[in-house]
Amino acid sequence: MSSEYDTTETLDVKGQSCPMPIVKTKQAIDDLEAGDVLEVVATDSGSMSDIQGWADGTDGVELLDQVEDGDRYTHYVKKTE
Amino acid sequence: MSTDNPTASVEDGDPEFDAADMQALRERVEELEESIAEIDEGDDEKKMTIIATQGSFDMAYPPLILGSTAAAFGWDVVVFHTFWGLDILHEEKSKNLKLSAVGNPNMPMPNALAALPGMDRMATKMMEKKIDENGTATIEELIDLSLDSGVDLQACQMTIELMDYDEDDFYDGVTTGVGAATAIQHMAESDIQLLV
Repeated sequence: MSSEYDTTETLDVKGQSCPMPIVKTKQAIDDLEAGDVLEVVATDSGSMSDIQGWADGTDGVELLDQVEDGDRYTHYVKKTE
Repeated sequence: MSTDNPTASVEDGDPEFDAADMQALRERVEELEESIAEIDEGDDEKKMTIIATQGSFDMAYPPLILGSTAAAFGWDVVVFHTFWGLDILHEEKSKNLKLSAVGNPNMPMPNALAALPGMDRMATKMMEKKIDENGTATIEELIDLSLDSGVDLQACQMTIELMDYDEDDFYDGVTTGVGAATAIQHMAESDIQLLV
């Protein structure tokens, strides 16, 4: 699934709902280095809009891609600075 | 009759005065550019203030969810808890917050039935079960998360004394010894202010 991106780490937030996917993504990104890519695996359908909004409004991160596969939502977030 | 010609007098103006004038202007422009750069830097961080006044189970969620989410955006967040909102930060009471079955039109029971003893407890248990099944965080988890993400959870000093609470009754990391003036100050600097 993640072959397209060189993923540094995977965050599993399956079964968790708002605001957990966002808050845990932020915490995981803080622990990474610039250039690293975080893969976030969620089952919360709201995470599609939320992760995008969070990435747009947050400095130092870039949303590379979002993949919807059934009830699984995978997000690729790059730490840019 | 005067023969003064304004156009001629400008052309005849002292060139040294113009150079000095230009220099002064240049310096002024540089000063202004510097102060604008400072303002831009200062404006970078967004702020939010939430005033939490309600202590029922359902009303504890919005301030904690919005607060921790805004902190994930890197914002400077203050949640000022006053009156019943103080119970959210009270270590013991926060674990026993109740959902009111009465006066809630969304409850699947008539008010006359909802007013019976034990109904609030039952409604709360039902909601807690749904929250668990849905993977929604508990109030305690959201408080820990908020404090971990740097949200400033403030407990109104006047209400602490009014309710006969002790400062040790609150979660570690909760700010005490603050009043309305502190809240107003942060509200004035905030991009978003909410009363919940």
